Amino acid sequence: MKTPEAIKEFGFWSLFFLIFGLAPILDNSEYHLMLATHILIWGMFAVAFNMLFGVTGMLSFGQALYYGVGAYSVGLLVRGFGDTWFLPSIIVGLLVAVAVSVLLGLLVIRVSGVYFTVLTLAFGQLAWQVTLKWYHFTGGDDGIQSIIPPGLLGNNRVYYWFTLALVALSILALKRLVNSPLGLTLRCIRQNPERVRFLGRRVRRNELRVYVVSSFFAALAGCLMAGADNSIHPDMFYWTTSGEVILMAVIGGIGQFFGPFIGAAVIIIIQDYVGARTEYWSLIIGLIMMTMVLLFPQGLVGEIRSLRTRLVSGERNRS
Amino acid sequence: MDAILTLDSVTKSFGGLRVTSGVSFSIDRGSISAIIGPNGAGKTSLFNEITGYLKPDSGRIIFQGAEITNLSTREIVARGMGRAFQVTSFFPEETVLDNVRVACLSRMDLTRKSIKSVSRFTKATDRAVSILESLGLDKYAKRPAFELAHGDQKLLDIGIALGIEPKMLLLDEPTAGMSPEERLLTRNLIQKLWKEFNLTLLFIEHDMDTVFGIAQTVRVLQTGRLLAEGTPEEIRNNPEVVTAYLGEEVF
Ligand SMILES: Nc1ncnc2c1ncn2[C@@H]1O[C@H](COP(=O)(O)OP(=O)(O)OP(=O)(O)O)[C@@H](O)[C@H]1O
Ligand SMILES: [Mg+2]
Repeated sequence: MKTPEAIKEFGFWSLFFLIFGLAPILDNSEYHLMLATHILIWGMFAVAFNMLFGVTGMLSFGQALYYGVGAYSVGLLVRGFGDTWFLPSIIVGLLVAVAVSVLLGLLVIRVSGVYFTVLTLAFGQLAWQVTLKWYHFTGGDDGIQSIIPPGLLGNNRVYYWFTLALVALSILALKRLVNSPLGLTLRCIRQNPERVRFLGRRVRRNELRVYVVSSFFAALAGCLMAGADNSIHPDMFYWTTSGEVILMAVIGGIGQFFGPFIGAAVIIIIQDYVGARTEYWSLIIGLIMMTMVLLFPQGLVGEIRSLRTRLVSGERNRS
Repeated sequence: MDAILTLDSVTKSFGGLRVTSGVSFSIDRGSISAIIGPNGAGKTSLFNEITGYLKPDSGRIIFQGAEITNLSTREIVARGMGRAFQVTSFFPEETVLDNVRVACLSRMDLTRKSIKSVSRFTKATDRAVSILESLGLDKYAKRPAFELAHGDQKLLDIGIALGIEPKMLLLDEPTAGMSPEERLLTRNLIQKLWKEFNLTLLFIEHDMDTVFGIAQTVRVLQTGRLLAEGTPEEIRNNPEVVTAYLGEEVF
């Protein structure tokens, strides 16, 4: 039997592969290819972030930390040992992110709500400061340039397909997670953590699990971005990165699995469009975002969904 | 008869307020009994202490032969203690089925599974469906829980508790906020569940028809003290209880 959820999922994947599969074939522009790569990477980052926020109810303001850890693992290893280290450095980045998220996670999950948010923000900013000040190791303000993936991956088009494959696999894995018993448990924790304890489950332990999973994919996004932009900079650790991923999730709709991905695409396209036309782009983008949040409090995907529900029930009432 | 739960001089204060004051009693395995008492008598607090949600200041709580006084809620639940709440407690955005299914999955220690869809866990699903059938909620299985009427939400709360397959079930005012008709149905339902699931059942209730209709033993709590304990007949005729709580109008 096809449930509406299954139909929606089928719709997303059809569109996803149609757009991201055909785009580089129909459109030859290198610039658009770069834009599509960014949408894929940020889209995955936002979906993974939403495992924490939309699913479990943990508003982390520090996921930039893991994005940065991924990016700098790739950047530092490729700079130090050459481009053959590109692929292994992704694995290293992911392992480091898991280790850091377990250690930090054990600390930050001890508090809930706004305290959790502030604590994650503080650790993110700490990582940014360290990266900025530790010039000899990290390149400080300059970041690291010329991170060129080796061999065929050095070709932008090939790198795009590589990104598409990893992002699709990641989103698929996260989608399975949401529908799994763990996903159900996480949603229950958001809605009623006390009751989850009365099911004999550990709330904090499960919060740690999703914190590590979300951070893992944030790091993967950072790794992929290092290869996509061929350069990294300390601002990847900065709070605005964490803020941006929150904004993407909220704009797209945190109540919907695919919402944050759509939010990422919308924000990146708006930034690109407005940024190319006026130097006051950040002001304009701010205004657009504010309007969108006010007009669509459930996010774009959430609003489309409730609009459809209203239309359908309207039909039913009339007949 | 052997006791499944024993309280031995359990005492608890909030600042200067004694909510539980040297309470001792034993509950027989397989029995159904009630706790009554005026508002603020400390009935819910007692449930909180039994389930590890509050730690008693002194005294001992023994469940199935082992002391649980200082165990966490999670550990006490794992030993077979289930609870439904005075302020109805469930997962509003999940479907009615998933509300119970998550409890069944917890019981089977499957909540770490992160790849297969919940619906593929057929044992947990079948068990959840059969609990919903026992409660008469199966027709709402696919609906989000917040859409249920209040009375059905109270039943769902019980259904979640049943999902963990408790040996003993605590119900905190199961008929609160229900219409007289719903009350009667719920009373019969509680009695049915008690037999069907082989439970030891302890419930707090203000509705005297329910209390005297199904309880084998009634305990009266007043300002944290156990005022009286006995059969419904004994409690009804206990002058102290009548003046303290029941009043004339009940009879
Ligand atoms: N966490 C708490 N901190 C301080 N006081 C509390 C706390 N919980 C309960 N109390 C107080 O303890 C007393 C007993 O409360 P409790 O909820 O156990 O009563 P109850 O017998 O269940 O009453 P009701 O019939 O109204 O549900 C009340 O005076 C209440 O205000
Ligand atoms: Mg109470």
